[in-house]
Amino acid sequence: MDPIAETPLHLNSYRTGPDERGHFGLYGGRFVAETLMPLILELEAAYEAAKIDPAFHAELADLNAHYAGRPSPLYFAERLTQHLGGAKVYFKREELNHTGSHKVNNCLGQILLAKRMGKKRIIAETGAGQHGVATATVAARFGLPCVIYMGATDIERQKPNVFRMRLLGAEVRPVISGTGTLKDAMNEALRDWVSNVEDTFYIIGTVAGPHPYPAMVRDFQAVIGQETREQMLAAEGRLPDTLVAAIGGGSNAMGIFHPFLDDPSVKMFGVEAAGRGLDVPNGHCASLNGGKPGVLHGNRTYLLQDGDGQILEGHSISAGLDYPGIGPEHSWLRDTGRVTYVSATDREALDAFQLCTRIEGIIPALEPAHALAYVTKLAPTLPPDDLLVMNMSGRGDKDIFAVAGHLGMDI
Amino acid sequence: MHRLATVFEELAAQDRKAFVTFITAGDPDTATSLEILKGLPGAGADVIELGMPFSDPMADGPAIQRASLRALHAGQDMHKTLAMVRAFRETNKTTPIVLMGYYNPIYVYPVDSFLADAVEAGVDGLIVVDAPPEADDELCIPAMNAGLNFVRLTTPTTDDHRLGAVLANTSGFVYYVSITGVTGTRAPDLEAVAKNVARIKARTTLPVAVGFGVRTPEQAKSIASVADGVVVGSALVDTIAQSLDDKGRATELTVSSVLTLVEKLSAGLKAA
Ligand SMILES: Cc1ncc(COP(=O)(O)O)c(C=O)c1O
Repeated sequence: MDPIAETPLHLNSYRTGPDERGHFGLYGGRFVAETLMPLILELEAAYEAAKIDPAFHAELADLNAHYAGRPSPLYFAERLTQHLGGAKVYFKREELNHTGSHKVNNCLGQILLAKRMGKKRIIAETGAGQHGVATATVAARFGLPCVIYMGATDIERQKPNVFRMRLLGAEVRPVISGTGTLKDAMNEALRDWVSNVEDTFYIIGTVAGPHPYPAMVRDFQAVIGQETREQMLAAEGRLPDTLVAAIGGGSNAMGIFHPFLDDPSVKMFGVEAAGRGLDVPNGHCASLNGGKPGVLHGNRTYLLQDGDGQILEGHSISAGLDYPGIGPEHSWLRDTGRVTYVSATDREALDAFQLCTRIEGIIPALEPAHALAYVTKLAPTLPPDDLLVMNMSGRGDKDIFAVAGHLGMDI
Repeated sequence: MHRLATVFEELAAQDRKAFVTFITAGDPDTATSLEILKGLPGAGADVIELGMPFSDPMADGPAIQRASLRALHAGQDMHKTLAMVRAFRETNKTTPIVLMGYYNPIYVYPVDSFLADAVEAGVDGLIVVDAPPEADDELCIPAMNAGLNFVRLTTPTTDDHRLGAVLANTSGFVYYVSITGVTGTRAPDLEAVAKNVARIKARTTLPVAVGFGVRTPEQAKSIASVADGVVVGSALVDTIAQSLDDKGRATELTVSSVLTLVEKLSAGLKAA
């Protein structure tokens, strides 16, 4: 019954999932209420049709190029490399995308699908507000009304993004259930969807949720890894050796990892939020390092939960990593051993945030600051010819107030 | 014979409709909740749905969300919920109890031990909101093999094509969700309910109970005229909430106010 134990360590391909029922090994699936089931099947059919339609890809490529500003640069972080002394560190500059993060890649794909399906209203959940901003942006661009669910706690710590969403014409609905963070916002978005099945398209912001979302969001984000591959070949004449990305729900990581999964020479590290420490009960958001398999938000995956199966809130300094689950494909990649999942604490992320700002003149979002924190540990242990790419998934303007608070500064 | 089949057959023989009541186990605390549970049959409940509290009740509206949180804050867990059923069965051998909730607490219990413990406690059936037919091999089939009924939700969005799959492994009764939405938020439209219940009954011999938006004796009566049973949940749970003191604790009114409402609803339904 338990495929974990039987999974061979070396598969011929790590890129064939999910199966037709949305499973990545034990994980994934479609665990949703019956009201949503027909909608999810309809979405899957629409996505399968779009996937083989050259016109869909052409329109997305055009928007990616002229609206989002792709390709994003692959940048050699020379001063950081010197400072760390070890691997040659590159940043994949997703923070330079329109709206300031990788989230727009997925939103453009999904809104084109919504348009194809004739949907008239857009909803989304958001944690840090980056996905909310990206969704509000594409909704404005396509002239569709948009409702964003955001935990009341997150609204407090991400004020600039809340204002941006409102400027963009979105209605931001505060969610007070639970402790008012990302998982509660997702519950509320699902409740909205169940209640407005006819006209509403739910743009999920990460590689989680019921099938086909994990695969679909991954496909839209895979442009990150595809570009990285070409850019590294152009810059160095070979593939990168090491990839590092932060993990919230796992979309920026899946986007950069997926195109390289079948290149055995490429090592991959996903960095979870260790918050106040992995040993602090409910003090972190490391689902893979501190959780166990369960079923939430339509899929089976590693979850932070207590012995009774109640979901824990977790904690991270970064609102975008504050999610008690993780995309099901990551759970599978963890069990197969293809990707290594590590973690960084709040403190380490804050230190990396400041280091990057001072030494590279790039203010990272707190999410990729976690990835960077791990790079500062990993790079010095690697030889100088190791080509390391870190996914700089977003810019840190949204975080300056929170960071100032943590550093005890007034602004 | 299963308790659910017996009850629906007896009611049908008397040309009566089943009154199905929902409360959340452990709301506002285990002892009070057990007292309510024990009082439900006497107040007119024919079938009891007992909610297994979950931290993330995605298909529920604010009333049942809050009930779940009250129960969890008071320390309710799956073992206590099963213990409530066991205690109920000491004095009641006939009223069916259907546990209703979400998959995760069952999954981590884990499934096989949960099913064995549920049968041993005297549970008759399960409703697991987020375990669709697509997941039958891991929960529904083992539950049926263990001797439990697996009651499935059908909804206004379940088209004729899907209905077959949804009904395939359903047993006990079919639960028709009268609205597209979460529990307790909208009032059902009688005409649409009648049409959909007829659509379901054309495909199954199982009784069909209707719920999700029924609050008043009048609504119960009119829904009962087009179905085999009526489910009331949020209205009962709201009554519990209103009876609590300002610290959220049970008062002397808690048990009596819920049971009084159950009596009223039952009277309304029996007038059908
Ligand atoms: C900049 C940035 N990076 C990363 C994340 C985490 O999400 P994911 O793991 O899906 O990339 C977020 C989420 O809000 C984000 O805003």
